[in-house]
Amino acid sequence: MIKNIKLIALVFLVILSFFTLLKGLNKTNNYSPDLNSSKIDFNFKAKFLYSNEETTLNELVDDKDFTIINIWASWCLPCRDEHPFLLNLNSSNKLNIIGINYKDNEINAKKFIKELGNPYSKIIVDPSGVNSIELGAYGVPETILINNKSRTILKKYIGPLDDQKFAELKMLIKNEN
Amino acid sequence: MKIKILILTIVYLISFFNFSYAANSEKVDKISKNLRCLICQGQSVYDSQSDFALSMKILIKNKIDEGKNDEEIYNFLKIKFGEWIVYDPEIKKNTILLWVLPLFLFVFGAILIIRKVSIK
Repeated sequence: MIKNIKLIALVFLVILSFFTLLKGLNKTNNYSPDLNSSKIDFNFKAKFLYSNEETTLNELVDDKDFTIINIWASWCLPCRDEHPFLLNLNSSNKLNIIGINYKDNEINAKKFIKELGNPYSKIIVDPSGVNSIELGAYGVPETILINNKSRTILKKYIGPLDDQKFAELKMLIKNEN
Repeated sequence: MKIKILILTIVYLISFFNFSYAANSEKVDKISKNLRCLICQGQSVYDSQSDFALSMKILIKNKIDEGKNDEEIYNFLKIKFGEWIVYDPEIKKNTILLWVLPLFLFVFGAILIIRKVSIK
């Protein structure tokens, strides 16, 4: 009898570990940070792409309802794909788009804007990548939607904008008012 | 004689600045070893050469230069990226098992061994 119980327990244990491991196999284990809880520090300093003046995020956020911060680089291919969406968003008069040029060469960055158009009201540069980290971002492209009145992050997208994200962004902007 | 003193002073100054620089970079290494790289997961920020990790090392160095201590830097990053970024999770409701289970297994194993030995 005891032998039987031992055998059953063993079989049960083997089956349990098999399914646990199987489940683990199918689960992608890539962590991404809790996107909406992080707060933004509006006081970090950065330089403009088109002039050498220094500014803070506080000065860049203006009296419109929303701000979109978009982190991009000329060497980043997905940034090219999302550029039309940004240009499209720019036509909305409820928001302004601030570009953060991430770890880029100045000449290439300007070429990129000249070639594809400029959706940004202002562009600041982040040559060392530190400003982006202070924003809680960790790569390009990344898009952050900020409510200007409450100074909170409404939404954060890691990776390029696509049709689905674009529609969601539009919805968010519409619904907040 | 004067020249000797001058040379000695210069050597001293150089080594002094070098030392303080080395102490800082050691601190950066220590902190970055405790941070998880979010781009190449499974590597620490110290090991990784990804853009994120390189920037992170600069950020840590800046923070140290600002006079922040280790605890403050970890807390800053935890707020930005969440608990997951540190390799050393706090004891909380959902991490208690992580901390207690090894201890429990250790005690359980010890009991098993002691029983086996004492039976013999």
